[in-house]
Amino acid sequence: MKYLKFLLVGIVFGIVLVKSEAVSWYRIYEMFRFQSFHMYGIIGTAIATGILFLQISKRSKIKSIKGADIFVPKKEKGFTRYIIGGLIFGLGWALIGVCPGPMYILLGTGVYSMLIVIAAALVGTFIYGLLKNKLPH
Amino acid sequence: MEFLLNPWPWYVSGPLIALVMAMLLYFGKTFGMSSNLRTMCAMGGAGKFSDFFKFNWKDSIWNLTVVLGAIIGGFIAVQFLSNDSITDLNPATISELTALGFGNSGETLVPNELFNLEAITSIKGLAILIIGGLLVGFGTRYAGGCTSGHAITGLSSLQGPSLIAVIGFFLGGLLMTNFILPLLF
Repeated sequence: MKYLKFLLVGIVFGIVLVKSEAVSWYRIYEMFRFQSFHMYGIIGTAIATGILFLQISKRSKIKSIKGADIFVPKKEKGFTRYIIGGLIFGLGWALIGVCPGPMYILLGTGVYSMLIVIAAALVGTFIYGLLKNKLPH
Repeated sequence: MEFLLNPWPWYVSGPLIALVMAMLLYFGKTFGMSSNLRTMCAMGGAGKFSDFFKFNWKDSIWNLTVVLGAIIGGFIAVQFLSNDSITDLNPATISELTALGFGNSGETLVPNELFNLEAITSIKGLAILIIGGLLVGFGTRYAGGCTSGHAITGLSSLQGPSLIAVIGFFLGGLLMTNFILPLLF
């Protein structure tokens, strides 16, 4: 039962991403052609709300369910991995229109060919694991 | 009810995505969808090939549960919360896509030209989905996160590395949509 809350969070996530059309290939295309404000509006208000939440929880000392501070782990310092890795992801994101959340959500909406994308993404992650020590980070 | 069945405006959707992040933080976890790919590799025995996959994947079952929920959420959204409205795309986008050979833009969430049976049984169509998936799986792990981990969580917590990653996402996306896609179609 301790996992039920995570199932519910996932359900909310899936519904929001479909209803916002953030899982739409066309919306991603439109965003990268600067032909619509829609995706920028979604990402922008998500970040703005997120900043507000994290700042308020820091100042008002809101605790997590476990009684600890609300905490986002710090990303490792670096440049190469973020810019190159990010660029590679961006190429894939714009080609097939999905990132690692929507690939599952779209599967749920009935796009079964997404299984091919998920399998390929697993292989991509596996290849990264094999090459990790040889790549600049 | 009509407002629930219609597509939701960006100013409602964005804060709801932040709510997903906030709920996970409240439960003591961090919002990051691409980590699940690493977890599934570890479950499948990838630890035999790389130390990168040697970790206790049972600690990540909560995140796989989020994935399961996301699949169910997608199902619920199209089965019970939709009225078959068409994505309100910019007419310029639609005419561009028509010129590239994409018909009925916005009537579905993903183009039939990329995802239907005919597409995935052609060599080109199958190659596009596989290459796209490889780029997403490799790139997100190299960058240490995706749209949820870097763009939403990382930028909300004002982290420099996430800003670099998001700039990378956009450079890659702009390159693909503006220069490579027109060559492919």
